[in-house]
Amino acid sequence: MSGNSIRDTFFEECEELLEALVEGLAAMEDPNHDPEVVNAVFRAVHSIKGGAGAFGLDRLVHFAHTFETVLDKVRSREMDVDEGLMHLFHRSGDVLTDLVEAARDEREPNGTTEAAVLEDLESHLGGADAEEEFSFDALTLDFGTPMEITPEERQFEIRFKPFRTLYDNGHEPLLLFDALAEIGTLEVKADLDALPAFDSFDPMDSVLSWTMTLSTAAEEDAVREVFEFVDGLCELTIGEAETPAPAAQPDPEPAVDVIAEADSAPKPADPAAEPVAQTASKEARGPKPTLRVDLDRVDRLINTVGELIINQAMISQRIEELDLPTAAQLSNELEAYKLLARDIQEGVMAIRAQPVKPLFQRMSRIVREASDATSKQARLVTMGDSTEVDKTVIERLSDPLTHMIRNAVDHGLETPEQREAAGKDPVGKIKLSAAHRSGSVFIEISDDGAGLDRKRILEKAIDKGLVAADAELTDQEIDNLLFLPGFSTAGSVSNLSGRGVGMDVVKNAVQALGGRVSITSTHGAGTTFTIVLPLTLAVMDGFIISVADQTMVIPIASILETIRPNAKDLHTIGTDSQVIRVRGSYVPVVNVSENLGLVPPERSGVGVLLLVSTETHGLTALKVEDIHDQRQVVIKSLESNYGAIQGVSAATILGDGKIALILDPDELVKLDPASVSPSLSLDTRMEPQHA
Amino acid sequence: MLDTAEQISDSQFEFITFSAGGQNFCLEITQIREIRRWTTVTALPHTPPDVLGVMNLRGAVIPIFDLSARFGLGKTTENERNVVIVAASGDTTIGLLVESVSEILSVDKDAIQETPDIKSDMTKLSILGVISVEDTMVRVVNLETVLATDLQLAV
Repeated sequence: MSGNSIRDTFFEECEELLEALVEGLAAMEDPNHDPEVVNAVFRAVHSIKGGAGAFGLDRLVHFAHTFETVLDKVRSREMDVDEGLMHLFHRSGDVLTDLVEAARDEREPNGTTEAAVLEDLESHLGGADAEEEFSFDALTLDFGTPMEITPEERQFEIRFKPFRTLYDNGHEPLLLFDALAEIGTLEVKADLDALPAFDSFDPMDSVLSWTMTLSTAAEEDAVREVFEFVDGLCELTIGEAETPAPAAQPDPEPAVDVIAEADSAPKPADPAAEPVAQTASKEARGPKPTLRVDLDRVDRLINTVGELIINQAMISQRIEELDLPTAAQLSNELEAYKLLARDIQEGVMAIRAQPVKPLFQRMSRIVREASDATSKQARLVTMGDSTEVDKTVIERLSDPLTHMIRNAVDHGLETPEQREAAGKDPVGKIKLSAAHRSGSVFIEISDDGAGLDRKRILEKAIDKGLVAADAELTDQEIDNLLFLPGFSTAGSVSNLSGRGVGMDVVKNAVQALGGRVSITSTHGAGTTFTIVLPLTLAVMDGFIISVADQTMVIPIASILETIRPNAKDLHTIGTDSQVIRVRGSYVPVVNVSENLGLVPPERSGVGVLLLVSTETHGLTALKVEDIHDQRQVVIKSLESNYGAIQGVSAATILGDGKIALILDPDELVKLDPASVSPSLSLDTRMEPQHA
Repeated sequence: MLDTAEQISDSQFEFITFSAGGQNFCLEITQIREIRRWTTVTALPHTPPDVLGVMNLRGAVIPIFDLSARFGLGKTTENERNVVIVAASGDTTIGLLVESVSEILSVDKDAIQETPDIKSDMTKLSILGVISVEDTMVRVVNLETVLATDLQLAV
C-alpha cells in the first residue's frame, strides 16, 4: 500500500467518523440520551486525532485534542451539558469537519471560526489542562506539564480476546503488549484452550486470548488508552486487582466493565451482570461486515449489466424474428433469462443506493449557520433518513438542498419577535423529509414561516421585467416565478442567499437529475418545496415511439395519457398552430419532429398524441407518428462524449443495437421550430449514401 | 486494436494516415482506439452538419463527425472504403468518418514541421503540424479541436 492510499483511507474513515460525530451530537440534544452517545462522540473525535497525528496534521490534532478534552469532562460527568455547550459542540464539529477537509485537500483551513471555537473550548477547560492522555502527547504535541507520577503502583488484570476482524484490520497484539509494557511491568499469559487440532486449524481465524497482569503507576484510563484503537474488535476486560497477586487468575465473571461502556468514572464491581453480558454478546458478533469498494468498479459492473439487459433484448428480438415452430419452450427459457438479468440489475443498482442520512445531517449545519447569520432561531427536523437514493443523486442534491435550506431560514422564517406576535414558537421549524412513493423519491423541505408573499413576488417580477405589468397570474403561477432565472426576493442582498444564485439553479440541478420541483405555500403557515426524483438514474420505463421515421423513447412518467385523435377534434389556429379538444378544453399540439428539426414523412397523417404536463407551457399534446411498445430502457449519457442537446435528455440502445434518443418533453416544447435551420433536416444528413 | 502498438523510441512517432475531403491527414496512433466500417448512425437533432449522429460502440454512445465537413471541405462522398476512426482523448471518445485509411507512418520527431503561417485561424487550430512524405504533405489532426463541439471549424 502506498502512503497515499493509506492517507485516502484515513480521510474516508474521517468522513464516517464525522458522520458518527454529527449523529452523536444530535442524539445528545435529547436530555434523556444514552451515556454511550457521549462515548461515541468522544471516540470519533479521538480516532480522528489519532489518525491525524500519524500524518503529522498538527493543527487538526491540536483542535481535536482540545475538543476531546472538553468531551472527556462531559463523559466523566465533571461538566454538565447545557444549551450553550451543546451549541459549542456543534460548532466544534463544524470546525473539525472544515479542518479535515482542508487537510484532505491540502489547503489552508479558513481559520476565522476555528480560533473563536478553540478559545471557547479552552475556556471550558479553565486552563488547567493537566489531565493529559498519554499516548499522543509524546507523538504530536508538547503539553509542557509532565505526567505526574504517583508513587503507588496498582495492579490491573486485563483479559484480551481479539476477534478475527482485529487481525483483518491489521492490528498486532504484540504491539499492544509492548505499549502496556511501557507503562508498567507486564506479565502475559496466553490462553491456548480454544486452539483447535492441527488438521482443522484455520490460520485466518482468531483463537488465542491473553490474560495480563500489569503493575503500573498509571491510571486506568491510560491502560484503556492502549486499547482505544481495537475497540469493538476484541473482547476486553480491565479490572483492578485488589491485592498485588503475582499470578493472575482468569476470572470468569470479572468485576469490571467492558470498554464499550467505558464510563471512565471508576465503577465499583457491577453486580448486575446483565449489561455486561449484553454488551459482550453484541461485541462477539463484531461490527456488521461491510466492504469498501472503488466506485469505478461498481459503475463498470452497472454498465456491464446494462449491456446484459440490452443483449437479452437483442436475443429475444432475434428469436422472435426467426418465427420458430417450436418456440414455446425457448420463450419460457428466455423469459427466465430476462427475469434473471433484471434481478442482477436490481442487485447491482442497490449497491449504489445510499441512505440520505449523511446528506440530511449536513443540512443541520446549514440551518445552524443560517440562523446564526440571520439572528433567527431555527431547528431542523429530519424524517425518512434511511430512504435510499442513488449515490449520484445524493451528491448532486447537496448544493440545491443547501440553497433551499438557507432560503427557508433566510426568507421563509420570521424573526423570533414576529413569530411570537403571531402566536408561534419563536424557534422556527425546518422540516426535511425523504420517502419512496410510487417509484419515485420525494424530498420535501418545509418551513413553518409566514408563507410566500405573493404580492411582493409579483411586484418584483414586474419590476425586473419578468412578467408584464398588467399580467393576471394565479397563485401557483406567482409561486413559480421564483424559479425564473434572475429572480431573488431578498430586498437587500443578505450574507446568505441572494448571491445571484436563485431558485432557477435549484430547478436546473433537479431537472438534470430527471426530477422536478414544486412549491406549495399557505399564508401564515409556511412554504413547502417538493423535489420528486426518479429512483435510479440508470434505467427508465419508456414508450418506444416513431418520430420522422426514427425510433425514439419518451419517459412514461411524463405522459398523462395517449390519444389517437379523430380528425374532427383537431383544429387549426392561425396559420399552422394546431389545438386538440380534450374533454372540453383546447390543448396546443406540438409536432415533435418539427421541434427537433426533422422532416416528418409525408404520410404522417394525424399520428398519435401524447398528453404531457410541462412546467412552462402547461398541458401540451406531443404529436408523434406512432407508439410501438412500452419497455424498460437503459439510460446512456450523451453528454459524456458529445454534449447536451436540447429536447433530448439521453440515449438508449434498442434490441437491434441501434441507438434511440430519449426525449425530454419539458425541453422539447420550448424549442421553436422556426429557429431550426432547414439544412439539418433528416434527409440531407441521415442518408450519407453509404451501403 | 491498434492502441497497443508502442512507439519505437522516444523521438519516433507513429501516425495513421487517411484521407478526408481529398486531403491527407494523420492522427497519432496512441489516440486511435479502433477503425470500423461505416454503419448507419442515429441522427441528433439541432446539431451542425458535420455531426452525423451517434453510434453504439459496445454500449457506449459516441458521436460520429464527418471530418471532411468538420474541416469545411464538404461532405464525405460515398465510397465503400469509407471507415470510421474511433479516437479518444481523455474521457471522451468520438468517431471520425474519413474517406479511406492509407498506412502507418513512422517518423522522427524532427520530421514534424510547424503548420505554415496560413490565413485561417481555424485551420491553424485544427492542424498541429505537417509531415512531408515523398511528394505529399500529411496534416497532423489536432484531436482536441475536433472534440471541441462548440468550435465551428467550418466557417
